Amino acid sequence: MPPTKHPSPSRSPIPGFGLTLGYTMIYLSLIVLVPLAGVFVKAAGLGLDGLWPILGSPRVLSALKLSFGTALIAAAINLVFGMLVAWVFVRYEFPGKRLFDATIDLPFALPTAVAGIALTALYAGNGWVGQFLEPLGIKVAFAPLGIVVALTFIGLPFVVRTVEPVLRDAEKELEEAAASLGATRWQTVRRVVFPAILPALLTGFALAFARGVGEYGSVIFIAGNLPHVSEIAPLLIVIKLEEYGYAGATAVAAAMLVISFALLLVINALQAWTNRYRTQRHVEPALPHPVLQGAGA
Amino acid sequence: MDIRIRHIHKSFGGFPALVDVNLDIRSGELIALLGPSGSGKTTLLRVIAGLEFPDYGEILFGAENMARKPVHERRVGFVFQHYALFKHMSVLDNIAFGLRVRPRSWRPGEAQIRRKAVELLDLVQLGGLERRYPHQLSGGQKQRVALARALAIEPRVLLLDEPFGALDAKVRKDLRRWLRELHERTGYTTVFVTHDQEEALELADRVVIMNRGCLEQVGTVDEVYEHPRTPFVFDFLGGTNVLDAEMHGRKVFLRGAEQPLVTDVIHPDGPADLYVRPGDLRLADPGSPGIDVHVTAVQRTGPIVRASAKLLANGTGISIELPHLHHDAARFHAGATLRLKMMQFCVYPRAASVHAHPITDAPEPTAAQSQERTRA
Amino acid sequence: MSPPIDHSLLDPPRLPFEPLLQRNAVITEQPWVRWLLTTAALAFLMVFLLLPLVSVFTEALRGGFKLYWESLKTPDALAAIRLTLTVAAIAVPLNLVFGVAAAWAVTKFEFRGKLFLITLIDLPFSVSPVVSGLIYVLMFGAQGWFGPWLAAHDIHIIFAVPGIVLATMFVTFPFIARELIPLMQEQGTDDEQAALSLGANGWQAFWHVTVPNIKWGLLYGVLLCNARAMGEFGAVSVVSGHIRGETNTMPLHVEILYNEYNFVAAFAVASLLAGLALITLALKSLLEARHGAELSASHRH
Repeated sequence: MPPTKHPSPSRSPIPGFGLTLGYTMIYLSLIVLVPLAGVFVKAAGLGLDGLWPILGSPRVLSALKLSFGTALIAAAINLVFGMLVAWVFVRYEFPGKRLFDATIDLPFALPTAVAGIALTALYAGNGWVGQFLEPLGIKVAFAPLGIVVALTFIGLPFVVRTVEPVLRDAEKELEEAAASLGATRWQTVRRVVFPAILPALLTGFALAFARGVGEYGSVIFIAGNLPHVSEIAPLLIVIKLEEYGYAGATAVAAAMLVISFALLLVINALQAWTNRYRTQRHVEPALPHPVLQGAGA
Repeated sequence: MDIRIRHIHKSFGGFPALVDVNLDIRSGELIALLGPSGSGKTTLLRVIAGLEFPDYGEILFGAENMARKPVHERRVGFVFQHYALFKHMSVLDNIAFGLRVRPRSWRPGEAQIRRKAVELLDLVQLGGLERRYPHQLSGGQKQRVALARALAIEPRVLLLDEPFGALDAKVRKDLRRWLRELHERTGYTTVFVTHDQEEALELADRVVIMNRGCLEQVGTVDEVYEHPRTPFVFDFLGGTNVLDAEMHGRKVFLRGAEQPLVTDVIHPDGPADLYVRPGDLRLADPGSPGIDVHVTAVQRTGPIVRASAKLLANGTGISIELPHLHHDAARFHAGATLRLKMMQFCVYPRAASVHAHPITDAPEPTAAQSQERTRA
Repeated sequence: MSPPIDHSLLDPPRLPFEPLLQRNAVITEQPWVRWLLTTAALAFLMVFLLLPLVSVFTEALRGGFKLYWESLKTPDALAAIRLTLTVAAIAVPLNLVFGVAAAWAVTKFEFRGKLFLITLIDLPFSVSPVVSGLIYVLMFGAQGWFGPWLAAHDIHIIFAVPGIVLATMFVTFPFIARELIPLMQEQGTDDEQAALSLGANGWQAFWHVTVPNIKWGLLYGVLLCNARAMGEFGAVSVVSGHIRGETNTMPLHVEILYNEYNFVAAFAVASLLAGLALITLALKSLLEARHGAELSASHRH
């Protein structure tokens, strides 16, 4: 008796594997992978000899320095205030909490160009905030400080929304245990609560930082865009493109991509660290970070 | 340290969690708070610890009223049901925590702290695990680390919330015995919460049975088991048959029994509930008085033979348990009509509500409740 | 005769639900500390988030309602609105189909490299929007790989609508997939297997079982995807060429007007986008409040 032919054994009884995975791979390749790879192919085509003069030029270096420096400062500000906001919203009750909670996501939802012109209007010398800062000798709009303000606006939800769930899930018993062992409230917060949310804080910091480095729309209006002073790296790419300096644009873009991917790895590692003790209780979805990302960069 | 709890009331948003609770805990005693979930036993434990503040009442540690002192000033060792170990700290750091957060003036030196932590780790038989992290420990090990951590602050009282609740049956039994030994060795005044009557009866010097925020009965294991003061206590400590009875003087008239049972205690005349445990029922001697039942089903589970029967007089269901080697066991089979006697029983007048009034642990007998033994 | 009473069956009254923190003074701060922290947090939110939002509307209405209305009625502004809607109408459905397919593949099957695939799907989030635009210029621009061929066949991608759509697709690529993947992972495959065992085919299982399970999550993803698609600036700016009335989306139009010092008109268009953001936030909060249990865990409150 001839052996009956079975369809190839599948580990899952659910159909559609080939179709959906195939479609996913094709669409992903066409829209994301091939175009991204193009940057590296083009950059590699320039060779080290071609890349180095571009990346080493003072204008590019100062733009990269500015982008990373301001993003770092803004992320640090968000680290502090993001934790404060997350703490207040998870732990306390106050009137209007829901409304305020919804506004935390505003930077995700508000197109960055809108945020850019609004912040500029606020912090310009005659703006609502700027008129108070100007007499003190603090110049925000059209100066590097303005970039920090814009990136703080953009980055806040990353820290808040990363820390919030961890803080919410924190076992209250741990704090009670610390108190029963004689710790004061401050000792409990510093030695028990803070270490538990530290990985989430750092993840939020890294996300805000990564976003800040590449941010364009909200920054260019407020920055002033003076070469060597307040010209960010993404703007430099645009300027080089407009001058048809494809090689220059590609070189800067490749450098930024490499750094972004390195940051992505760091974020993934931080995320794994955040979840390291949580595996016993419930399995987290295997996504690198739980935070949604914003509108209109 | 003696702990005296006086007139403690505590309610959560209108729900009374503790109602006028009075309890004396003697120094060095191991005492169990036993009750169903929602009975207030964990709340009472947390009030003693200072994790909750009572609405009013006093908690005296020795002569000092603690009711308004925050938990971190009470020096109580609290062991949480799910251990609440600090996940980012090693076992040693967990145990040392209570010493390291002391004000500098009476904090021991770091070397001394470490020595003490290692000592405690040996005491709970986990020597050598000081560098492990909580997620690398089994449930039983975590529980012991939590205990060592609580002991590190030399607590005035050790409070354990469902200490074995999250463990599997085998580990639970071992740890229970071990905890009893540890208690005898260290002599800390210890209060633990449990909903498992077997655990309470096995471990505790005295048992506090709670129901709906009130103390139902306080007493030694023998007292509460042999002399349950209320139907609730009787019921909570084991299987129960409830039969309809009528009191006349010292006589208990039971439907279906030719002759009344006689008690020593005088009850008010009138309807009453007779409580008898399934294991306290045996075959009556031929010719002796008893209640006639019709056996409907017999099932053997392990060493116990369980029979279901109906009272011939009125069809009330009744269950019987016998050791399977008992000579009566052979006569139980479905369809048999048998006459049973009660080895012991309790009668509670119908009028007495289960939670009519909270009681104190003062051993004054109340007229409404009585208990007796008969050897028919 | 009354039946025997089994006291053990009387349920104890349920503890009313209250957040532990509210009733437990042990693990919260002194009232003055709470007050101070809350005030500081809210002040920060007001200055950094609310003030910019309010200023958009005040600046837009600075010249009165009539001027506001006039600046929105210009042909260029209307063309920008139309283009923005068109781009979103193309990019969002395409990413929707992709998101569902990717989530199905990732959550219903086990295969090697799954985590890597998820990371790849997330990749566009970590790319600067300007670079997102640049990659298409390198591909389809006049000096790009396909540039000469496209020019020979008179196909316009860069500095034309297809380029804008492509760039928008890139930056909004992960939104729906990353919303669905955790949700569908939590839901597992039991429901689908039950449907299949009852004789449904794959499509029937998908339409009648999977879609109802994920509809709120899907809506949530679409909402965020759409907000970003309509608001995208950096990537679109690189590929658009800023041709008024033709390749100018709303955010780009805001920039042009602003750079021409036509502030009222710039803020008027910006106010429409801010309105869109507010609607998005309102719907998002509503979804979280009403259907929190049917969204992925990170959005539940």
